[in-house]
Amino acid sequence: MHQPLFSQPRASQPLVTQSRVSHVLAAAAPAAAESGADRGGQGLRFGVLVLLAALSVLPILVMLSTSLKTQRQILGGDFSFFVMPTFDNYRGVLEGRFLGYLGNSVIVSISATLLTLIFGTMCAYAISRFRFAGRSPIAIGTLLLRTVPPAVLAIPAYFILTPLHLDGLTGLVISYVALNLPFTIWLLYGFIEQVPTELEEAATVDGCGPYRLFFTLILPLLKPGLAAAAIFTFRIGWNELVLASILTNRTSRTLPYGVYLFITDVGIDWGQLMAAGMLVALPPLIFTFIAARQIITGLTAGAVKG
Amino acid sequence: MLGRWGFDRRLAPYVFAAPAVLIMAVGLFYPVVEAVRLSLYEVRLGEPPTPQAFRGLSILAEALADSSVRTSMAVTLQFSVLVVAVEMVLGVALALALEKPLRGMRAFRTLFVLPMMIAPICVGLIWRYMFDVNVGPINSWLAMFHVKPAWLADPSLAFFTLCVTDIWQFTPFVFILALAGLQGIDQSAVEAAKIDGASVLQTIRYIKIPLLAPILMITILMRLIDALRGLEVVYAMTNGGPGLSTELFSLHIYKSAFVTQRMGHSAALSVCLLVVTTALSAALLMWSNPMRRKGG
Repeated sequence: MHQPLFSQPRASQPLVTQSRVSHVLAAAAPAAAESGADRGGQGLRFGVLVLLAALSVLPILVMLSTSLKTQRQILGGDFSFFVMPTFDNYRGVLEGRFLGYLGNSVIVSISATLLTLIFGTMCAYAISRFRFAGRSPIAIGTLLLRTVPPAVLAIPAYFILTPLHLDGLTGLVISYVALNLPFTIWLLYGFIEQVPTELEEAATVDGCGPYRLFFTLILPLLKPGLAAAAIFTFRIGWNELVLASILTNRTSRTLPYGVYLFITDVGIDWGQLMAAGMLVALPPLIFTFIAARQIITGLTAGAVKG
Repeated sequence: MLGRWGFDRRLAPYVFAAPAVLIMAVGLFYPVVEAVRLSLYEVRLGEPPTPQAFRGLSILAEALADSSVRTSMAVTLQFSVLVVAVEMVLGVALALALEKPLRGMRAFRTLFVLPMMIAPICVGLIWRYMFDVNVGPINSWLAMFHVKPAWLADPSLAFFTLCVTDIWQFTPFVFILALAGLQGIDQSAVEAAKIDGASVLQTIRYIKIPLLAPILMITILMRLIDALRGLEVVYAMTNGGPGLSTELFSLHIYKSAFVTQRMGHSAALSVCLLVVTTALSAALLMWSNPMRRKGG
């Protein structure tokens, strides 16, 4: 029997079931007085939730509203959320080099995400389904490399990639794929372990080779895991600053550093800065609304397991 | 036919694992080794290390004796311990308060995740604006009390604002993990305690917290690792200043490499950071990733 080297993250499913169970328990609580008190408590708890949500969202709304103000509205008088929106700041931002940075960011994040998903799933599959020489070193090495800080990579990456002319976007993609692979492999391993092996055995008996098996049978079954991994990988590629500021030059610069460049010694154009910030913040925010379930699964996968 | 399948079967794991292993070797493992090597040389930006520049461990010793390094270590330690402690207490308290199923919880969780998902550089900028002395909303709201703190110009206030920012960003993370943990607790123990007449606080103290302990440990470790290695937020917010009051260790490494261009010095410090985070990760692995499956 081979020893699995990764523990299994649990998908959010059990959480849902659990809360359903407690829901039933709560509904079945008989004492009328208690349920009355409960209702009062529920109102209070709901209030706390609303307050927390406001605290989470308010600063982001501040960014949004500032990005829609004129310089005069920002500098003059008290802060207010409500203004006649103007898109001048966005226009100003997009007239500069920003569009080019945006393109670079799209290229880097999307290629890093695709490569990470493909290579990560393949590697996770190998660790999960095959016993081969090198399996343990790969698994343990992956686990240990999971938390290498980008600041540690920055200096050597500069020395390694620059002489090879791999700085710029290619170098960034390599670095981001490498940084993301450990987490992705580990996350997807958990999902692959949940796929019953009987499926593969049946396909093998029917004469399906290992590669076709993987790409046509396994990969489609891993969609939730792939979604979670994709969001986290995309997020690194889109948000990362340190490596991006070192490995790129004027033409290959990505968005986060482009935003940073709006801060000058002369004085900050808050309107444009916030508009640029919004443009960077927006894609991850949209993904969060689309795939909150997967994100929370990914976040909790490391800590909460059955 | 069968023979070909057998060959495929033996070769397949290597084909599957090779691309990932290759990229991790080139993009992670080799750079880490190179960081260790560079930490032994006195090198400047743009020039490769030469044998003459070999200085061995003296660079590390020198770096550790540097007062700005020690200040930055102290700042980082204070920052990490403070924010992780506050986030844990707040996050767990909120999870305990909001443990029972509430309508719309899923929607709220989505909102809580937002601060974590946007780029750290944006987080830094947002809070730099929030705390701006003249145009920032916080001082605008404080105007009714006739105070106007220069948040980012005063060293202790700047440190405070950095902590507030991190707490804003990551308390939801602790909350979500603690909540997931609480909802995974076997309710029969809690029910039994209730029947035995335990008060709410006793149930929390003697039943829920002990059952949550493993998850809380992992959360603490994950947060510590992040707090130790983060730099983007502070880079955008204060860039380490005023003075060295918010110069986190990662930022110090970055600045000494690419601003003052002392690569060897910087690499030596980055190896220190790596040792600390690797030790913490190893602890994390022992808690959350035992080399066996549950029950196996």
